[in-house]
Amino acid sequence: MSAAYDVIGSRAPRKDAPAKATGAAQYLEDLRFKDELAGALLQSPHAHALIKSIDTSKAKALPGVVEVITAEDVPRVKYGVSPARYDEDLFAVNKVRYVGDEIAAVAAEDMATALKAVSLIEIEYEPLPHMLTVEEATAEDAPWIHDEFPGNVCAEVHQEFGDVAAAFQECDLIQEGRFVSKRQDGGFIEPNQCVAVYGQDGMLTLHSSTQVPHYVQRTVSMVTGLPMAKVRVIKPYVGGGFGPKAAASPIDLASSFLAIRTGRPVRMAYTREQVFLFGRARHGFTHEMKIGVKKDGTLVALEHSATLDGGAYSSFGIATVYYSGSLLGGPYKLPNMKYDGRRIYTNKPACGAQRGHGAVIARALFEQQLDIIAEKLGIDQVELRLKNMMETGDVTCNDLAMSSLGMRQCIEAVADGSDWTKKKGTLPKGKGIGMACGFFVSGAGYPIYRSETFHCTVTIKADEDGGGVKVLTAAAEIGQGSDTTMAMIAAEGLGIPYDMVRIESGDTDFGIDLGAYSSRTTMMTGHATKEAAENLKDMILGELAQELGVERTRLDIKRGLVKIAGEPVDIMPLRVKYIKEHRGWETQPEGKELTFNEASRVAYLRRGTLVATGKYKPPVLGGKYKGAAVGTSTAYGCSAQVAEVSVDMETGQITVERITDAHDCGQAINLTSVEAQMEGSVGMGLGEALFEEVKFDSEGRIQNPSLGEYHIPTIVDMPPMSCIVVESDEPNGPFGAKEVGEGAIMPTIPAILNAVRDAIGIAIDETPLSPERIYMALKKAK
Amino acid sequence: MQKHILSLTVNGKEHQLLISPNKTLAQVLREDLGLTGTKQGCQVGDCGSCTVLLDGAPVNSCLVLGLQAEGREVLTIEGIAKGNRLHPLQESFVQAGAIQCGFCSPGMILSAKALLVKNQSPSEAEIRQGLSGNLCRCTGYQKIVEAVMDASHKMNGEVAS
Repeated sequence: MSAAYDVIGSRAPRKDAPAKATGAAQYLEDLRFKDELAGALLQSPHAHALIKSIDTSKAKALPGVVEVITAEDVPRVKYGVSPARYDEDLFAVNKVRYVGDEIAAVAAEDMATALKAVSLIEIEYEPLPHMLTVEEATAEDAPWIHDEFPGNVCAEVHQEFGDVAAAFQECDLIQEGRFVSKRQDGGFIEPNQCVAVYGQDGMLTLHSSTQVPHYVQRTVSMVTGLPMAKVRVIKPYVGGGFGPKAAASPIDLASSFLAIRTGRPVRMAYTREQVFLFGRARHGFTHEMKIGVKKDGTLVALEHSATLDGGAYSSFGIATVYYSGSLLGGPYKLPNMKYDGRRIYTNKPACGAQRGHGAVIARALFEQQLDIIAEKLGIDQVELRLKNMMETGDVTCNDLAMSSLGMRQCIEAVADGSDWTKKKGTLPKGKGIGMACGFFVSGAGYPIYRSETFHCTVTIKADEDGGGVKVLTAAAEIGQGSDTTMAMIAAEGLGIPYDMVRIESGDTDFGIDLGAYSSRTTMMTGHATKEAAENLKDMILGELAQELGVERTRLDIKRGLVKIAGEPVDIMPLRVKYIKEHRGWETQPEGKELTFNEASRVAYLRRGTLVATGKYKPPVLGGKYKGAAVGTSTAYGCSAQVAEVSVDMETGQITVERITDAHDCGQAINLTSVEAQMEGSVGMGLGEALFEEVKFDSEGRIQNPSLGEYHIPTIVDMPPMSCIVVESDEPNGPFGAKEVGEGAIMPTIPAILNAVRDAIGIAIDETPLSPERIYMALKKAK
Repeated sequence: MQKHILSLTVNGKEHQLLISPNKTLAQVLREDLGLTGTKQGCQVGDCGSCTVLLDGAPVNSCLVLGLQAEGREVLTIEGIAKGNRLHPLQESFVQAGAIQCGFCSPGMILSAKALLVKNQSPSEAEIRQGLSGNLCRCTGYQKIVEAVMDASHKMNGEVAS
């Protein structure tokens, strides 16, 4: 398919890679502003307590302290992620709800003084009983963490599609299972940081290491009361996000207030420990399910429930609890599905969104149960999946439309690639092979707040001299490669080489873009970029047609050259005009065809600077039921993976030896970037499967708030991976493209679980698969 | 706090600086010399982002006091390209797609450089061992291993010709 394109489908090197390889790329900590103040937060040492009094006088009196603010000094505006659950105050109002809850902020001449001032703020607490588990928080006499949410229930979901009770009556086999997972940390290598600058003109510019400049702008505007037009958010290079950076943080807001009050730039940064304290990463899930099938393996019904340990605030949690249910609608044909989900408030940092939002544990349990079903029915695990999988054109029982779905190609690719048939059932004890599938949205169908807004706008301006174009998007390049993707789409849309395209992004002054979350950027910003490129091309060719006196429809641009259909046209008058303009120091155009440079320059001479825009929002999508907005998307990516493991039968130590991974991303824009997303997804999934768990002591304090004690995969933990890119043609995607950033993580945990089960004969029902857990399971089985 | 004079060579250039004794080498490089290519991901020696070469050996510059570099040679990410010509490792990292967010890349490239000085033709396992002190959350490390392997081939080729 790629043959039809000149730029798309290639392995163009990333636009930002040379700057990142040489240390020239500037991240938040590398930007310096004149007269900066250092900001610091006072955070609660208690998991749950009333604040009886706050005395900031000693802190304010400390030389070098410029400003100290508490809840008294800022408007009482609740904020959060979902407008339906704005449950956060920037600074605690009478009460703290977790160890780390923000109480005050200080701005001082230097960080040592700011920290000293924080320690001088005197607070009288009255500790309250704290609830660190779902069980404690839902006990009958449990105090309420938020007065507005009785019983500590943050959100509840109840959905039924089809008639589940009746469907179970027709089943030959009913398989039941339960799975418990742990709170994860985002583990991005650059801790959150920001600098707020407030100018004499009343303009607040917030430089922030965020995934979502637009939502940060909106939240800062809402909480500070400044009009949107007076708040600009700029995202420099960002050292990873993965979900937890997808909303305004307390330091974004606190630095804004401090900058407004002091008139000086204020820098605030989380230490690594504060990254853990802020949380907002993967929830801990308890998932239960019952799956009904026919003797021949046909899936008939699914009844499942999830309980999410949410922490003290909602963050993305409403969407999370919906995703846990909705993303089991596929990629298998499943006519009847019932889901009950609850998210419970506990006195811990809030959980939020992380790669594979809400869906990875539901997927892990479901795929593990499918494996057991296959075994009970005597059907090969690959066959069972092929038998039930959806195909292009299918619609799930919860109205998710698979406008393209290369599920079969993915399954067959990993089965072949891993030599499944030869290995399955023949490996010695302690060695195992397992497979799993999954799918994910290509962008949420709706913005987080209710609005008719476009989800993104893009501007492309042609250089006045004709030599190239500049693309401006407000999208968030956070390492995933979106700038490169957009530059490639712009080049393809205009018909010019990739190196003629320059790009800047991540600035709310450049337009609107909802940001890097829900695997939306290639789909949505890609559409807007394509439209802008095509509009610019049309503009240039419209002028050229008049200049040449030919019909516009005869003209096109390919590989930087103007193609003229039909009768030959004398291009020399135009060429002479261009050469006269360029005074001889540049390479002169030669050859029989006009170049893009000539066309673009002549168009500029006729009408001035050429600027075109593009925009995108998804069409109205299916699903009229409550919660249909979570899970509906214009397209779905899908994946299959095979994991091969060895388990030390004495110590319980698991080694993942190889991963074979196939993902259908539609038309790949950049093959290298697609593989890179797949490999990174496997890494994060492997970490959650084997190592990662944020641990708390009995007082609600995090026990392992460092990258030494919280174990993300190192290079020696990762196996070789072979990544197979499956390219379907997605009718709703720009140039046929769809997501890869999150779909690729869906099968990783269950593929490993199934491989471990193959190796030791035990279905493990809790992550992480630590040596201790495996050892105990082996001991129990003896 | 009483400041002290620090003399050191960074990327081949000699410097004399007046610094507080509690400053880390990472802070000296970033704040006093403006070499912000050295990244700080944890400041406690866990992540390896701040890796620089001290007399040729990779160190977490957040765990070295600035004054410990007295009289020594430091190589940072800014010092390995020749003008506009990227070092073969930088070139391979760019070509292989081994860079995503890029925050770990400077440290990763310097650890790889130290490895390739000691071992010109490392095996895959030796590359993994050599980079085991550098965390990356984006890549799953696959393309990083490929990039180092590719660079070692290129560098050996250059030596041979």
